[in-house]
Amino acid sequence: MRVVLAEDLFLLRDGLTRTLQEHGFEVIAAVDNGPALLKTLLEEQPDVAVVDIRLPPTFTDEGLQAALEARRSRPALPVLVLSQYVDQLYAHELLAGGQGAIGYLLKDRITHTTQFIDAVRTVAAGGTVMDPQVIARLLVRSDARGTTAQLTPRELDVLALMAEGRSNAAVAQTLFISESAVAKHTAAIFTKLRIEPSADDNRRVLAVLAYLKR
Amino acid sequence: MTEPQVGMAQADRRPGISLRGALADIGRCQLLSLAALAVFGAGTLVVGALLLLPVGIGLLLLPPAAAALRRTSDRYRGWAVRWTGTVISPPQPLPPRPTPPEDTTGRHRQARALLGDDGFWHDLRWAWAEPWTGALLAAVPLALVEYGLFGAAVQPFTWRILGDGNWYAFILVDSTPTMLAALLLGLGFIAAGLKAAPATLRLHARWSRRLLAAPHTTELVRRIEHLAGSRADILDVQAAELRRIERDLHDGAQARLVAMGMTLDEATRLLDRDPPAARALLHEVRATSQRALQDLRELVHGVLPPILADRGLGDAVRSLALDSHLDVHIEVALPGRLPAPVESAGYFAVAELLANAAKHSGAPEVRIRLSHTAGALRATVTDEGRGGADPDGSGLQGVRRRLDPFDGTLVLHSPPGGPTTATLEIPCASSSPKTSSSSGTD
Repeated sequence: MRVVLAEDLFLLRDGLTRTLQEHGFEVIAAVDNGPALLKTLLEEQPDVAVVDIRLPPTFTDEGLQAALEARRSRPALPVLVLSQYVDQLYAHELLAGGQGAIGYLLKDRITHTTQFIDAVRTVAAGGTVMDPQVIARLLVRSDARGTTAQLTPRELDVLALMAEGRSNAAVAQTLFISESAVAKHTAAIFTKLRIEPSADDNRRVLAVLAYLKR
Repeated sequence: MTEPQVGMAQADRRPGISLRGALADIGRCQLLSLAALAVFGAGTLVVGALLLLPVGIGLLLLPPAAAALRRTSDRYRGWAVRWTGTVISPPQPLPPRPTPPEDTTGRHRQARALLGDDGFWHDLRWAWAEPWTGALLAAVPLALVEYGLFGAAVQPFTWRILGDGNWYAFILVDSTPTMLAALLLGLGFIAAGLKAAPATLRLHARWSRRLLAAPHTTELVRRIEHLAGSRADILDVQAAELRRIERDLHDGAQARLVAMGMTLDEATRLLDRDPPAARALLHEVRATSQRALQDLRELVHGVLPPILADRGLGDAVRSLALDSHLDVHIEVALPGRLPAPVESAGYFAVAELLANAAKHSGAPEVRIRLSHTAGALRATVTDEGRGGADPDGSGLQGVRRRLDPFDGTLVLHSPPGGPTTATLEIPCASSSPKTSSSSGTD
């Protein structure tokens, strides 16, 4: 799988390249600034891009802008965005297209290699991955607004993991329950929140996120 | 409504074009003409007291007379602000009464201080001029309306009785056609009077400001005192902020790094002897490192929210809105980026106002408008909640302290039953030609 990597700190760029290569990815370009990223994304047509939000020359949201720009000319270009902090506005902008193949994670998450690699693969396959912090804040808000009041605590746990973009299997593993139990919870959640159930994993994630953002 | 500060009274001005507004203005003109009697009375008291100074009794009479005059002039200052938005800077307070009040030397000192007080003489000059300038001016629209009423509402019924020589202005009213002409002319006078009233009030306010405004030096002294005060506040706030950052680093990230070092050391020792235990410790190190990063993130967010640095005030407020459980409607009309300190002050102020609305208003939605007009950033936060917000609550005091160094103002309008509108203004230039458009969030 061909990956483009954008990260301006040499140590992190180096470490990420090695991690990705160890897990069978081909890092076709590792760039350190926004304009080079945009050019590479458009020319190289990678299977997935791993992008740090804050890049030179402006050291603001250069990476995000380049990724969004590239997705305008090539919709659904898979991009996993990494950042030292997560902001709900950036999550909104990344999800705005509604076509998936997008990820938004705190940089800390790369220390958990298997989960990070899973996230890269999910995004490359057209899925959606959101950082637990983004979801946690959405849930706090839904709780205050009362839009998830009818869910049991267990269902809320399942909802959170589902919104992060985890598969049923991953949810089951995290919560130490069986996959059939997860399926049961999921069905209950969809009925209670009146979300159209969908067999397609990515549609399911996007529907849940759309509900939480209401 | 909070105490009006310089420069913010304009916010509350109503355009005086409606009939009701014009009638209210006529009423005010009437009030001004009558109040001239009080001005005249207070002025006469003071002059009397001054004339009696040589015989000693003036010493006793002067301070209360001066205080009465000051109360009168203060009332005029209040009217000028409320009616026309014209701010007349108040003079220094009059010299205080001696304690105990029977102390004769204290009384001498008070009278002497009074005689050396610029504000006192300004008041007296005004008291002499107002009855035959301001009051006469205010009487013009009044006279027009009253004479108009005589023509339009009285003449039609009385012209038959009044008989010969019944002139209304230039019309000799002796027949139905001339009566109708007088009626029309009377209506014209009324219209002219109503139209002239707002302009007359503005003119009167300007004239009062010329006579009553504190001398330039007083304003400068006051300004210097204010600057010294706000500078001391800034230094205090800054020092407290640095202490907080130092403590947060010391108790947070730094402590966690030390703990990580110790755990890593332990893991290294266990590596050969007990690999599973070593692995558990390494997992612990990873968890600690994530908590340290979280600590640092929170610290950075409190100092300068990254989104504010990245995107500027408009998007930073949009981000706030996304975290709020209220429905927040945002209108942004900003000409690109503003100076960083202004953005920061504006952001934290809006954050506080939004949090207040979420906590106290009980309203389901909030409206936030950001604009840059007349060289100032202006932000309004409005909710349709229960109102009755305390303008001196600690949160709002904090907002005022943040705005103070910029000469910024915060006006809270929150009648019981709502709606609550908080308006803040920070004078500043915009620094970039880039324009961010307006939009809303869900």
